Amino acid sequence: MRYNERELLSLARQPAEKAAEIRMSVPKKGSVLKKRLVKLVVNFLFYFRTDEAEPIGALLLEHCKITKEEENVFSISFIEEPERKYCFECATEEQCLEWVEALRRASYEFLRRSLIFYRNEIQKMTGKDPLEQYGISEEARFQLGAHRQ
Amino acid sequence: MKLNERSLAFYATCESPADNAGFLYKRGERHTAYHRRWFVLKGNMLFYFEERDSREPVGVIVLEGCNVELCDSAEGFAFAIRFGGSKSRTYVLAAESQADMESWVKSLSRASFDYMRLVVRELEKQLQEMSRGPAGGYAGSREPPGPCKPKPSGLERSRERLAAVPAILPKENGCAVWNNVLGADRLPGASGCGGGHDEEGTPRPPPLPPRRRVSDGEAASAGAAVAQSPSTFWRLHEQYSREVARLRQDWQQRRRGPRP
Repeated sequence: MRYNERELLSLARQPAEKAAEIRMSVPKKGSVLKKRLVKLVVNFLFYFRTDEAEPIGALLLEHCKITKEEENVFSISFIEEPERKYCFECATEEQCLEWVEALRRASYEFLRRSLIFYRNEIQKMTGKDPLEQYGISEEARFQLGAHRQ
Repeated sequence: MKLNERSLAFYATCESPADNAGFLYKRGERHTAYHRRWFVLKGNMLFYFEERDSREPVGVIVLEGCNVELCDSAEGFAFAIRFGGSKSRTYVLAAESQADMESWVKSLSRASFDYMRLVVRELEKQLQEMSRGPAGGYAGSREPPGPCKPKPSGLERSRERLAAVPAILPKENGCAVWNNVLGADRLPGASGCGGGHDEEGTPRPPPLPPRRRVSDGEAASAGAAVAQSPSTFWRLHEQYSREVARLRQDWQQRRRGPRP
């Protein structure tokens, strides 16, 4: 699949919501845990060799499942292939739980659900659509069910 | 750089609703010929397919950080997706009608994660401010107007709980399911409610969740109940619904004024 790699690399250089050195393994046969710089920017998780400026890879965090595994460990898998797991071993359990929390909220789809929820709550309490003032109340992405293909 | 392309392809083609979809002409990179492609916008990702029923996208444009501009060009209904870097490629697209072009330009220019996050934070803030104090006049019958008083710590916890709430939203097929309180297809407000309740006539209470009932004692102490820091999203939700139901009844009564 073609993609605009230059822009993605540029995104990887931007300030991260969260970044840390974490041992990570990819879902490939014989893969072992290796120390990586892991960086969360918007809904992408970039991972770098610790001494390199360009990421080895990027994961788009949509339709994925973040699972807390054994102590200090969590994994990311995608719903169409749940057995293929990217594993992350943190330094502490606390760090592990923080990452699980952050990654679960890192998808565009999660943000959208939050927005719809808040919009509805405010509308119930005030009788007014809070998005009207921004002129975006009719936009497809803010509706339940949005645009069907 | 590796990208989880298989997951991307799945995301592009799965049943989750798209923010926009349709045919657009895409100008090639090296050659200026336009190719007609089927485009699907999901979140901040613009996928394009050779055909509408292709099983996999030909490519994807990550839209984060882009600008969308109309084109001066002679080619009708053209617009461009531009990025900041000096060596960045500009994607030139053309729609098949003025309406399509406007629809695409609108949806693409607001497609970034950053933008969505901004709007969510703003609404979150509004909701927290509303639940914090009587500034909106909702609880005017209970508290005097004026500057917000310091709130009990339970309410602080409730506010944090409010921020945490989206993590446990009930959902179906990726869409939030929220119409489970107060028969929520009816909104309170000036347009009037399905229910009404006057002191003498036939009581028509607003639709309530089947398991709970508004009782004056409970409603009056809704504020106090919130301060007790409910441990579940469901309880917090119920408390708000009782509060709102009670306030709506009060409002209905006041609106009707004295009976003849």
